[in-house]
Order: sequence, then structure tokens, then C-alpha cells
Amino acid sequence: MLELLSFGPNGWGGQLLMGTAMTVAVAVSAFAFGILVGSLGASAKLSHSLALNVVADVYTTIVRGIPELLVIYLLFFGGSGVATSIAAAFGYDGRVDLNAFTIGVLAVGLISGAYSTEVIRGAVQSVPFGQIEAARACGMSRWLILRRVLVPQTLRFALPGLGNVWQLTLKDTALVSVTALAELMRITHLAAGATRQPFLFYSTAAVLYLMLTTISTAFFNRAEISANRGVRRA
Amino acid sequence: MHRHPPVSDSAPAAVAVEDLHKRFGELEVLKGVSLTAREGDVITLIGSSGSGKSTLLRCINMLEIPDDGRVVIGGEAIALKKTRGGASIPADSRQVERIRTRLGMVFQSFNLWTHMTILQNVIEAPVHVLGVPKAEAIDRARMLLDKVGILAKADSYPVQLSGGQQQRAAIARALAMQPKVMLFDEPTSALDPELVGEVLRVIRQLADEGNTMILVTHEMGFAREVASKVVFLHQGRIEEEGSPDKVLTNPDSDRVRQFLSRHLSGAA
Repeated sequence: MLELLSFGPNGWGGQLLMGTAMTVAVAVSAFAFGILVGSLGASAKLSHSLALNVVADVYTTIVRGIPELLVIYLLFFGGSGVATSIAAAFGYDGRVDLNAFTIGVLAVGLISGAYSTEVIRGAVQSVPFGQIEAARACGMSRWLILRRVLVPQTLRFALPGLGNVWQLTLKDTALVSVTALAELMRITHLAAGATRQPFLFYSTAAVLYLMLTTISTAFFNRAEISANRGVRRA
Repeated sequence: MHRHPPVSDSAPAAVAVEDLHKRFGELEVLKGVSLTAREGDVITLIGSSGSGKSTLLRCINMLEIPDDGRVVIGGEAIALKKTRGGASIPADSRQVERIRTRLGMVFQSFNLWTHMTILQNVIEAPVHVLGVPKAEAIDRARMLLDKVGILAKADSYPVQLSGGQQQRAAIARALAMQPKVMLFDEPTSALDPELVGEVLRVIRQLADEGNTMILVTHEMGFAREVASKVVFLHQGRIEEEGSPDKVLTNPDSDRVRQFLSRHLSGAA
């Protein structure tokens, strides 16, 4: 029975490995996109502009308030249409078809970004104002303050929360299997059906997901220790 | 006890504020303050809490934007403009940034950057704002850390230092910009009493070296010793100013006399 998991001609090992790689690719891209969206969302929420506050609130309320599966369906069935009209607005009059990978990254990234927005907003607010004032008093420009003081300090407060967001993002990629993207969940599903050994494959998938989350948790713990230099006593 | 020599009236003005007004909402904190610090002046601002002395200091480097009046640094007036809502803002943020590089600021709560070592704190602005080559900035930083007596802590993080050591590091950080004027905002108020002396020693040395400084402080004995001029603020106005001997020993104003009797009794 274990031959089914091997890398031989009858085994699904190679496919599972490819699926795992695809899962990691979707998760990393979506998490990165989510950080980008989250930084913009947090800036919008913290800005003095009422319009930006409202836009960011609407975004996080909608994305966090509807099932994640539904976000994926909405992007899958509506994403290409929206992309086509955006392209048309820039003067391109062909049809834009988003592939399953792009849709998966966008959908999971938007979900991830909504949670990142809150994490980053809280972290920015945790940076003591005196840190910013000291930078202003030295003649640093806004951009320099952002890069040299605000971002490094925010990162320290945001890392524990972002570690959680990463874990959620990684697990959310399983939902992308509904678009037939060949990620780990989809491959497992196919293998389970083809071999009639669902328990074997689903438990293998569970182990693979667990390995990914365990490795990445260890990575985040190390990053936290490194970002916390100067906080805990050496 | 030695005294700061008087500064000639003909010395060029390093900082001049003219008819400064600042309000926070309904509260008018500064009600028209004018003050000139000439090169070599050590001016101490004293007064009860809420008198506006910290706000005045913070208006000089535009950490607070005055609603009215002028701030002139080394002969260059800082351009301000009004928003549609009537708030005062700098007309040119680049000008403010440039002028800030000439004003070293030391805060009550040190405000060292916690994610950087002491050495990194000191070289940060010279390297990234002034564009000083890193090796040169490091040499100078080590010299300054040695001067304030914490060279051994160069590679420590701020949290590993005592309050007095952190404040001395903050002074080194401000000096690293080679400022024309040093601004001190109650530099010893957050320190345990036994750590006050080590910070005052460093500030006194800077005064003796002829640095131009404006200092908000509650340490009356120290104010008398280092100041070339003492300015007493009361409810947003200058109540009295003059030489330390005049203002702190024989003031004209009853308010100053009352304040001194409260602050000198029991003071070391």
C-alpha cells in the first residue's frame, strides 16, 4: 500500500511533492501580496483622510465577514471580468484571462491582507512616539524615518501576529483546490479518488501541511528573536 | 562655584524667536514669547509645569509648529504657512529638515532608537542625513561616546543601559550632528536622583566648551551655575529674564520669588 506514496511508476510521491511545492508557492506569494495590501490598508486606516479610513474599513469588513471559500469563488468567476475592464480602462481592448495560480494568489492574498492590515495597524500604534520625534529632531525626512525607524520597529511588534497570519494563509491555500489548481489538496483529492485509499492520502496531506507549518513556525520564532534584539536583555 | 561668563550683546544670534504664539485647542500655551540666544549663550528656561517652557523649546526645532510668530535659526527664518483649516504648517519641509540638522535635541525620556546599538544610534543621522562616510562617522561617534564616558557600551542596546547612561548616549547622538545649538528638554527629570549628577557633568562640560545651548530644567543650582541667562516663564509669557545672579538671587517679580522659595528649599 505504501507503494502508492513512492516515487515509482505507480506511486503518487512525485505528484504530492509537486503539489506541496505549488502550495508553498501560492502561500508565499499570497502572504507577500497580503503584506503589501496590509501595509496599504494599515496606512489607510491610520491616515487622517476620512475617505481612506472608509475604504480600508469596508475592505477588512467585507473580506473578514464572508466565508473564505466565497472570496475564492467570487474572484474565480468575477476576477477575469474585473481585470478585463481594468485593462480596458488603460486602453487595452482584449480579454484578460487570469490563470488559476493568479486567482489563487489574489484571493488568498486579499484574505491574508485583511488580517495583516489589523496586525500592522496595531504594530505601528505600538511604536512609541518618542522614537519618531527623535528621528524628526535629527532632520530625517519622512521617507528616511519610515525606512530606518518606523518599519524596523513596527516589524518587531508585528512579527508574532504576522506569524499567525502566515499559518492561516498557508492553510487557506487548500481552498484554492476548488479552482483545480494542482496544489497539495487538489493532488491529494485526485489521488484519494483514483486509488480508493482516501484515508492514506488525506493523512499524508495532513503530515505534509504539519511539516510546512512546523518549519515555518520555527522560522518565525527565529525572526522574532532577531527582531527583538535590544528588547530582551542579552 | 564658577559662573558662565556673560555673552556680548554683539555676538551673532544663533536662535531668535519673535512673538511666538502656540495653542493646543482652547489652551493658549505661549502668548507671545520673544527670546534671543547669541552664540555662546547658555540659556536656562525655568518656570512651573504648564508655563510653556517645553513648548517654547519644541517650537524652536518645529516639533511643535507655532501658530504665530517667527523662529529664526542662524539668521534664517523658518517659513510657515496656514492650511485652509487655519492650522500652521511649515511651508517647506526640506527647510525644516535642514535646519533641524543644526539643532541637537535631547529629550526627557532619551528616545534612543531601541532597535539599534548605542554606536548605531550615534552614527545613524550623520550617515543617513548628512552623508558622512561610515568609517568617519564611527570614529567620531567613538570619540563622543568616550567624551560622555560610555565608550564601553558602544555595542550595547539602549535597554541594557541605566537611565543616566542612556541620556549621555542621547547627548552623544545629538552632538554627532555637530549642531550649532543644543536644545535640552528637562534632560534629568526622568532620572533617579543618584544618576542626575553624571548627566549634569556632561552638560556642564559642553557649556564650558562654549557651546550654545538652551536648557529647560528644574535643577535651580545647576541653572545658576551653567547659565549665561535665565528666563522665567509664567503662563505662556516671559515673566523675568536676566543674568542668573539677578533672576535667581534678586528677582524683580514676586512670582519668581515665590517659585524660587518653593524650589530652592531643600535643594542641594
